[in-house]
Amino acid sequence: MTTTAPRRTLAWAAPVLAALIALPFVVPPYQTVLLTYGLVFAIAALGFNLLLGYTGLLSFGHSAYFGMGAYAVAFIVKYAKLESMEAFLLGGVLASGAVAAVFGVLCVRYTKIFFGILTLALSQVLWSLAFKFFWVTGGSDGLRVPTPTLLGGAVRAGSDKFEFLSHRYYFYVLAVFVVAVALMWVIVHSPFGKALQAIRDNETRAEFVGVQVWHYRWVAFLISGMFTGLAGALWVPLNGLTTPDILHWTFSGKIVFFTVLGGFQTFFGPIVGAVIFNYLETYAVGHTVYWQMVLGIVLVALVLVLPAGIVGTVRRLLARPVRAV
Amino acid sequence: MDILVVHLLNALLYASVMFLIAGGLSLIYGVMRIVNLAHGNLYAFGAYVTAWAVGRALGTATEASLWLYAILPVGAVAAALLGALLEPTLLRPLYRRAEEYQLLITFGLLLILEDVMRLLWGPYPLQASALYEALGSFTIGESIYPSYNLVVIMVGGAAAAGLWAFVYRTQFGVVLRATSQNMRMASALGVNVNRVYVRAFTLGCFMAGLAGAVIVPQQGAVLGMGVDALILAFVVVVIGGLGSLEGALIGALMVGLVREAGITLFPEIELAVLYLMAAIVLLIRPAGILGRA
Amino acid sequence: MDLLRTSQLCKSFGDTHAVDHVDFAVAAGEVLALIGSNGAGKTTLINVISGLIRPDSGRVDFQGTDITGASVHHKIALGIARSFQLVNLFDQLSVRDNVTLAIFSREGRTRRLFSLADADSAVRDEGAVVLKEFGLEARGSALAGGLSQGERKLLDVAVAYALRPRLLFLDEPTSGVSTREKAPIMDIITQVVRSGGITAVIVEHDMDVVFTYCPRIVAMHQGAILADGTPEQIRNNAQVTANMLGTTG
Repeated sequence: MTTTAPRRTLAWAAPVLAALIALPFVVPPYQTVLLTYGLVFAIAALGFNLLLGYTGLLSFGHSAYFGMGAYAVAFIVKYAKLESMEAFLLGGVLASGAVAAVFGVLCVRYTKIFFGILTLALSQVLWSLAFKFFWVTGGSDGLRVPTPTLLGGAVRAGSDKFEFLSHRYYFYVLAVFVVAVALMWVIVHSPFGKALQAIRDNETRAEFVGVQVWHYRWVAFLISGMFTGLAGALWVPLNGLTTPDILHWTFSGKIVFFTVLGGFQTFFGPIVGAVIFNYLETYAVGHTVYWQMVLGIVLVALVLVLPAGIVGTVRRLLARPVRAV
Repeated sequence: MDILVVHLLNALLYASVMFLIAGGLSLIYGVMRIVNLAHGNLYAFGAYVTAWAVGRALGTATEASLWLYAILPVGAVAAALLGALLEPTLLRPLYRRAEEYQLLITFGLLLILEDVMRLLWGPYPLQASALYEALGSFTIGESIYPSYNLVVIMVGGAAAAGLWAFVYRTQFGVVLRATSQNMRMASALGVNVNRVYVRAFTLGCFMAGLAGAVIVPQQGAVLGMGVDALILAFVVVVIGGLGSLEGALIGALMVGLVREAGITLFPEIELAVLYLMAAIVLLIRPAGILGRA
Repeated sequence: MDLLRTSQLCKSFGDTHAVDHVDFAVAAGEVLALIGSNGAGKTTLINVISGLIRPDSGRVDFQGTDITGASVHHKIALGIARSFQLVNLFDQLSVRDNVTLAIFSREGRTRRLFSLADADSAVRDEGAVVLKEFGLEARGSALAGGLSQGERKLLDVAVAYALRPRLLFLDEPTSGVSTREKAPIMDIITQVVRSGGITAVIVEHDMDVVFTYCPRIVAMHQGAILADGTPEQIRNNAQVTANMLGTTG
């Protein structure tokens, strides 16, 4: 995993953050809302890549945690009658964490292939449950979620929902995004993060250095699930609605796709991939119904030709002139 | 008593299909150490091709004449051809790379195939039920049982026997086993490993396609059947062990029996029983019952 | 009391008795070589003692306590470490990180999620010391996967050493390395082992290395211990020379 010194990262991250803050004042509201979706998927990708890029585990069932986060919010609205975003976030993280804890126990013992299929199968079980228990989950119609109140009720939506989403909600998501990125950055650069990477590189040696592989993988799985669940919780007020589609393996596939697109061997790759994918999906979805085929072809092309993804490849290109000197 | 026989036959029916799919998966893994996530879609592809071919051949007629059954294997052949095309182009470049890339590329393939089938045959299910009905049914005691199901069971049995003979009694089978046990050694002894690989892969895809072809008269071809089959094939392989044909047979039989018992006794949780079974086997014997992964 | 003692240790793979009723003892502070032709059972013996595989029967005692069924994690906590014949490193981590990971693990700090690894100066400094002892300080920032074979072999040992074990198994620490490089590697290893008061069991094929660096030699053949003694005794042992050493010592 190529790691850059924190100072160099801040050098370009600060302007980017400034641009993100300035955005709603510069572009039409629609664009801001669109980017909000991108940031939400970026948080999901960040969580997902803790497992893939840093621990070497490729999950095909991350829709389970995103969906759990989303549905937890819907249940909080439906049953607890709460509208506080903070309650939503807490509920989403706890619910997805609980599911990840249980699924993790099953999945994390196994080899990469079995791990992948098991994650896929378990998320499908969850998906089918969303249909089966339709009186709770709203079945295929799903559940509606109204605009939440932010900061403990201090900020409310008012009459213009779109204005709320493109300004106050955007800043809220941006703030959570920054915190999530910072948190994940620390985690992957911590001793724990190093242990995960050791497990990824050489499971046997990790064991022989005293790192109990199963245990660390499980914790990584748990954290990964919670980050993705956080994303799900942020997503549902944007979307206004959660349906079983978000639990289906096709959504897991999208998470895999945009992470690989951005470059799963870098920290920021998945973030970039998620944002780019969001634009691709929004602008291309009207053009073809064979969306899966497009994803599949690009994924195959990425693996064969550009395995480092966008960010990984850019890094490599930028690094070359230095070596030539 | 006759109800029991019906249940047993149902279990064998399911087991036959699962053996073909899971056996193909296991064979490929055993020889090449790769797992094709799109394997289930080759099963679906076989089902679609056969259903389409039967539909075309039937034309507007509603009665199926006997020679139509000869068309059944066309799905298997199509799947095999697809496999023969895919291995050298998409899989071979990745043998030296980390396993993630294999999973990613076969996942991409899964996505592509899903939409290819949608593109070719549309979003609605394709039937070949004429073949199913034409054979009628027979009585077991006081129950009536479709005769076509026996065909499926026989195909499954014949495949198991044929595969066993192929792997353990033919020259190519020896080469196959040698390559699966020690690829480098086999190569050093003059075996053309690339050729063995593409043949093994083709055979595995043939089996998956055959499963689809033979079951489509009974259940039709529908989008999404590929991924469901993949998951179930993995349940079989988890029980029987990845890489073992005998394990695939045992696993398929167990899955068939448990599923039949499950849907009879607890129709609500049938799927859960299978996943539970797989989870239990995974928890107590990570390599499956006979596997060597 | 011996530091390590095995009693009638057995491990078979099918019909092959890889470890056949082995009684093997090591006293604290010893540096001994474990020799034998390929398939003699040396690596299997280490694998069983270190916990990679379970024995079929027999017992392993460490400092008087039975550790036969103990987990790898437990054995490492007790102070048993090993290096590997086929180099086993964390290729995508830096040389420095490979070593500091062992230190973090030893100190129980791998549980820490919310502090930066590079900020831990105690661990960082100790890592630098270890790298210096192994002559790898110049390669600290390089990825482990990019090192030369000799450097990789040294790093493999350094990672095990960073666990500050009491007993260190070195499985062919100079294999795959050119003859020129063998002596410097062995010099470093013996220096490090002696100054650390570490008991070392070294599996080796190169008899020059064995006779130069190891005051005690244990010879294995077909899963059993054939001979156990000083270099002189081993050189004069007819069975050993017949089975392993060829015609000249």
